Amino acid sequence: MASGADVIVQGILLGGLYALFAMGLSLVFGVMRLVNLAHGDFIVAAAFAAFCVVSVLPIHPFLAIAAVVPFMAGLGYLIQLGLFNRLLGKDPLRPLLVTFGVSVVLQNALLMTFSADTRRLSAGSIETQSVDVGSVTIGVYPAVVFAMALAVTMALQWIFYSTALGQRLRATSDDPEIVGLVGVDHLRVFAIASAIAFAVIGIAGVLMAIRGNFDPFMGPARLLVAFEAVIIGGLGNFWGTLVGGIVIGLAQSIGAAIDPAYQTIAGHIVFFAVLLLRPDGLFPKVAHQ
Amino acid sequence: MKPLLHVEDLNAFYGDLQALFGVDFSVGEGECIAVIGSNGAGKSTLLRSVTGLHRGRSAKRLSLAGAEISQRAASEIVAMGMTLVPEGRRLFSSLTVEENLTIGRSAGRAGYWNLSRIYELFPTLLELGGRPVTKLSGGQQQMVAMGRALMTNPNLLLCDEISLGLAPVVVKGIYDNFARVRGQGTAVIIVEQDIGRALSVADRIICLRKGAVMLSGAPASFTRNQIAEAYFGVEGE
Ligand SMILES: Nc1ncnc2c1ncn2[C@@H]1O[C@H](COP(=O)(O)OP(=O)(O)O)[C@@H](O)[C@H]1O
Ligand SMILES: [Mg+2]
Repeated sequence: MASGADVIVQGILLGGLYALFAMGLSLVFGVMRLVNLAHGDFIVAAAFAAFCVVSVLPIHPFLAIAAVVPFMAGLGYLIQLGLFNRLLGKDPLRPLLVTFGVSVVLQNALLMTFSADTRRLSAGSIETQSVDVGSVTIGVYPAVVFAMALAVTMALQWIFYSTALGQRLRATSDDPEIVGLVGVDHLRVFAIASAIAFAVIGIAGVLMAIRGNFDPFMGPARLLVAFEAVIIGGLGNFWGTLVGGIVIGLAQSIGAAIDPAYQTIAGHIVFFAVLLLRPDGLFPKVAHQ
Repeated sequence: MKPLLHVEDLNAFYGDLQALFGVDFSVGEGECIAVIGSNGAGKSTLLRSVTGLHRGRSAKRLSLAGAEISQRAASEIVAMGMTLVPEGRRLFSSLTVEENLTIGRSAGRAGYWNLSRIYELFPTLLELGGRPVTKLSGGQQQMVAMGRALMTNPNLLLCDEISLGLAPVVVKGIYDNFARVRGQGTAVIIVEQDIGRALSVADRIICLRKGAVMLSGAPASFTRNQIAEAYFGVEGE
């Protein structure tokens, strides 16, 4: 049996992947209060996109990120302009219904194109490599994924708080109507936000495809984990989302150590516990009025 | 003088409710117009309609510097040189004071107004630049709202009740700065509850009641009673 320290470290590293699942959801909700129920299916679509890339190009699956990310970003931009922007309004049910529809369509499109077969991208020896740090064994690939999650969090934080684009993103989040009065087109800002979110979805999809098996129907479960991470961390807060992912990863890892059957349920239990104790998440966005 | 803003037969709606009825007016370059009227007369709706914030409206003609703007988004209209200091200030609450000002650059209009000139106009703001706007007093917030609008370097600046809820001395300070704003050739439309102040600063006044123009012209051309009647709909006392 793995040592306690091993369980903790594995949980934290797994949390990095969950944080990557969640980051785009957090961003889109933060900027435009849109909940995209097809979020998980887009992660899976990105995994299949990577599958296509490595089946035509003789490159390491990790490098597929370079092709998948711009593709997903462009897709996000266009979907926002063509579809999501039309859903935003007084009725909160509309985006839920339509993105649920997108989720179903996407699953079936993936099924028809790629069949229900389970796939995985083989990354070669890196998958099994590990380093021993003291008594703890750290898998190289999980560590790479975690480093990516950290890098994505820092990049989003930098974009939002240190660039002119971030200033517009935050202002649009505050008041999408009034940004018009300073010359900012909120619909275009939403499209850019979506492009960034989909770029992160692209990264998450590729890293997920390398780490394990995927099939056209595993999107909703990814959405659920993403949701839980976002809510645990507190809405609209990237560092919070990272911590939320880690909390779920830790819970799953500890649950699995007790009994492998408990892995998934342990994550959900911790989510409910956090929700009961801190309904606004661990790091609620400071209330501003 | 060729009009900067030309509005002809403007009607505005909230669902089935009509809020403006056939409003006509124009603003010349550098002019100052005051729009007066009681609560609910349609003053804010008028300003929001011409700036493109309120889309439920139609007009025979709505043009800025000769270009038709009725189909344009607010962000495009701002880039053409007209913006609004909205009712209730509506600052971006997660931005600092300075970020609320510099975001005005998004309009892409270079001109007289830049960050240092805004700080010159409102020296109080200089020390507050890094603060969240939520920590400011009402008067300071109003300065930020005006500064933000000026940063877009408008040819026509619309101000909706900028003195609402502010102490008289603060209001006086804000209006004193109007001279400097107008000194740059900027035309101004103000909506003001304080009729005395409106009459003293404006070249022309427009009085709205129940969404229609009751009276329009130079302040000096009306008696107090005529204005009161247009405003209240009854003979003034
Ligand atoms: N968002 C809205 N929905 C429905 N009716 C509105 C809305 N805003 C304003 N109105 C109505 O339109 C009319 C004009 O309002 P407004 O332009 O705000 O007046 P003013 O600024 O002169 O006080 C009022 O009868 C008001 O009730
Ligand atoms: Mg009003």
